Amino acid sequence: MLGKLTWAAIPFDQPIVMGASGVVGLAIAAILGFVTVKGWWPYLWREWITSVDHKRIGVMYFLLGLVMLVRGFSDAIMMRTQLALAAGGAQGYLPPEHYDQIFSAHGTIMIFFVAMPFVIGLMNFVVPLQLGVRDVAFPVLNNVSFWLTAAGVLLVNLSLFVGEFARTGWLAYPPLSELAYSPGVGVDYYLWSLQISGLGTLLSGINLTTTILKLRAPGMGYMRMPVFCWTALASNLLVVAAFPVMTATFAMLLLDRYCGFHFFTNDAGGNPMMYINLIWIWGHPEVYILILPAFGMFSEVVATFSGKPLFGYRSMVMATMVICMLSFVVWLHHFFTMGAGANVNGFFGIMTMIIAVPTGVKVFNWLFTLYGGRIRFSVPIHWTLGFMVTFVIGGMTGVLMAIPPADFVLHNSLFLIAHFHNTAIGGVVFGAMAGYTYWFPKAFGFKLDERLGKAVFWCWFIGFYLAFMPLYALGLMGATRRMQHYSDPHWQPLMLVAFSGAILILLGIGLTVVQLVVSIRTRERRRDLTGDPWNGRTLEWSMPSPPPAWNFALLPPVETTDAYWAIKQQGHDSAQLTAGPYVPVHVPRSNPTGFFLSFLAVVLGFALIWHIWWMAIAGLFGSLAVGLVQAWRTDAETVISAEEVAAFYGKQAPEEIAA
Amino acid sequence: MRPRIEIVIRGVVLIMLAPLLASCDEGVLGPDGPIGQAELTILYNATAIMLAVIIPVMLLTMGFAWWFRAGNGRARYLPNWEYSGRIEMIVWSIPALVIVFLGGIAWISSHDLDPPRAIESATAPLDVEVVSLDWKWLFIYPNDGVASVNRLVVPVGTPVRFRLTSASVMNSFFVPQLGSQIYTMPGMTTQLNLQADRPGVYKGFSAQFSGDGFSDMWFDVAAVPAGQFTAWVETAKTQGQALDAAAYGELARPSKALPPITYPSVAPGLFETISSRRVSADASSHQEH
Repeated sequence: MLGKLTWAAIPFDQPIVMGASGVVGLAIAAILGFVTVKGWWPYLWREWITSVDHKRIGVMYFLLGLVMLVRGFSDAIMMRTQLALAAGGAQGYLPPEHYDQIFSAHGTIMIFFVAMPFVIGLMNFVVPLQLGVRDVAFPVLNNVSFWLTAAGVLLVNLSLFVGEFARTGWLAYPPLSELAYSPGVGVDYYLWSLQISGLGTLLSGINLTTTILKLRAPGMGYMRMPVFCWTALASNLLVVAAFPVMTATFAMLLLDRYCGFHFFTNDAGGNPMMYINLIWIWGHPEVYILILPAFGMFSEVVATFSGKPLFGYRSMVMATMVICMLSFVVWLHHFFTMGAGANVNGFFGIMTMIIAVPTGVKVFNWLFTLYGGRIRFSVPIHWTLGFMVTFVIGGMTGVLMAIPPADFVLHNSLFLIAHFHNTAIGGVVFGAMAGYTYWFPKAFGFKLDERLGKAVFWCWFIGFYLAFMPLYALGLMGATRRMQHYSDPHWQPLMLVAFSGAILILLGIGLTVVQLVVSIRTRERRRDLTGDPWNGRTLEWSMPSPPPAWNFALLPPVETTDAYWAIKQQGHDSAQLTAGPYVPVHVPRSNPTGFFLSFLAVVLGFALIWHIWWMAIAGLFGSLAVGLVQAWRTDAETVISAEEVAAFYGKQAPEEIAA
Repeated sequence: MRPRIEIVIRGVVLIMLAPLLASCDEGVLGPDGPIGQAELTILYNATAIMLAVIIPVMLLTMGFAWWFRAGNGRARYLPNWEYSGRIEMIVWSIPALVIVFLGGIAWISSHDLDPPRAIESATAPLDVEVVSLDWKWLFIYPNDGVASVNRLVVPVGTPVRFRLTSASVMNSFFVPQLGSQIYTMPGMTTQLNLQADRPGVYKGFSAQFSGDGFSDMWFDVAAVPAGQFTAWVETAKTQGQALDAAAYGELARPSKALPPITYPSVAPGLFETISSRRVSADASSHQEH
């Protein structure tokens, strides 16, 4: 009846897991209870859960990322504590079978459920506003994408309490991830949650790509798009090209595990190395899916806060697209050490290095955007400057490891760990935080607290250096990744420094929450009444904060890059842009399809993980039924009358237009 | 802003020096063989070349940010300056030239230091066959007919020609002070050439996660004078039980932190048997310990 699921699946004997599950359970119960008592459910259901507004969905993505950052970071701090303790003969407090799950979950969560929601959330919120349009191309699909990601998140978190997570590392290399070596449900949790959320990501990629290619304000040619939209385009093209590879690769591994196939097994003609190739053909572009939008955010921030246009716009666009294409011909550098031969290694080494050229160009262009500027040291520019100083170190160590013989001694070492955290934190996280602070007033109508924002920055910035510079050193001393204990006591002092860095970052995350709470409580004096709190350059600043559901009552005419800056230079302001005459606006209706699909996807995934076949069939047919109902929907749109639009702007709608 | 930026500069410089403070007689920074030595030279050269670019970039970033701060009346404000062909030319050229140079290093060195490439030496190379098992290392000396677990003994100054495979999951064979690592993969054979130039005991381990016993997959590499090596082989030939099919089956079962043992003889063609998967290790109990 319940397949492999028994009471034994719940780890009653592990106090850490039970404690964590208890706290999480209580927190969820508290939040649900609070919402119920306050009677917020109808509002949440109508305005958020079923919303197809790209702005709301963007906010929900970002919030999901923040929540999962806490989860992923608790894994990180457990690992750092373990390694601070487990020196010499000591075993620390986490046995291998638990430690192995923690580092696997940390990587999986941070990439798929923190970095991706941050980046997708910001793209979702910003891209249509910058393009000067009313929504993304497929608003309902957008909601479905979000909820499929949330389904993946739910499954990963379920694994904490029911069963176990993968003990294979975040990419689940076979043969270790095959049934023969990982007979438990951990790898199945990993595979199904990523299959479900990966589908969501692919749909989101299709959606945003279509939006950028097909929906732009009148006059906004490609070479007038804000650079953030260009980077979003590059990133989503990569999603569309790369995520199907991931889905197919995981599907093959699932066939191996469920149906006795032999794609990647040791025997019967299977070839584990094929998996390594395939997963990195997805995995390397994934790196650029995350970092390119971050580059775009820094470009926006550096131009706005310098009070200057971005230097070398065309160069920036070209650099972005060159990186986009090159990212598909470098995957082999993740396994120079598998003996591919000198010519192959040399080729992929050189291709990898070539990516440093457009990336270097970007850094120089940001530098020359600062030059001749009048720089206002607000929080977003702190993150941007911190990024520029930090990221070049990560770039350097990356190019270093692109030299195959250098990689032969650095591969899989803590030096590598330091390198990719250098680019992931110094690039993606700093970018997400810059974008969060920069666009927050647009989303909610008030600014975040500046002083706390700067404190958050310094915690992350100094914390990053403390946590990861020792790892560079340890890597050179011969420390490898994923070890649960080590024999050399000389490593312990550096491990303790790394631990202190993690504590500082923890403080930064804590202060982020404090900043949010304080800013909400004092929101009345932080109100952004102009819609343009930073003296911005792009179209999102031309509308009130927060923007109305329809974004633009009138699609703005675009004659140049930095469209809103040009409008302001001509002496117009946002009031004139929204002066009417108004027309009725068609907006898509809220739609529960995504939520129901997500629920059924969790049911389906859970059933497949535990081999509860009747439930899997129910989940599958349920999803099909929801899809059918959605396909026959006829009342997909609702009309906001010209009067309502006019009322929003505090004006009278001319009779003849309304009629 | 001034004092803050100074603190940041100081902090960054101090922390960037951290790798140099690492003790240099162990790991990648203390090589004792030609391969490791050559790789360390590449590390130093490439780092120096790139630092010549990134240190100025870091200083310029902080310098520009400080000088062009909004409060500085003496700084020129160029609100419309967004393009300069000459600067564009330079900013594409600098990274391109660095990469042309480093790309040359990458191409040449990946041929010179290709793991299967034999080390030039007047001394005849020693053959060693390496098998990674859950969670230990088996070293077979095919010419002498002996085998050793979790301890690799090699003569100093002699090139060692490794052939490697795995009996279970992937691992990576790595002795940082000797140089290059290489994966061991089931059903496949990889090759590696290393040499120890000084007598000593070096740490070796698996650099690819392979399951619960991974952290204990350490082994010692003892580099000893030629005479001592011969003596070790002779001793090994007289001790313990033969590594036949039954003994191998016993060895292949998952175990952690096995103390080193030697075998006086090895079933003929054992390495090929394992690498061609004609004998499969008992995987069913992989997760038990």
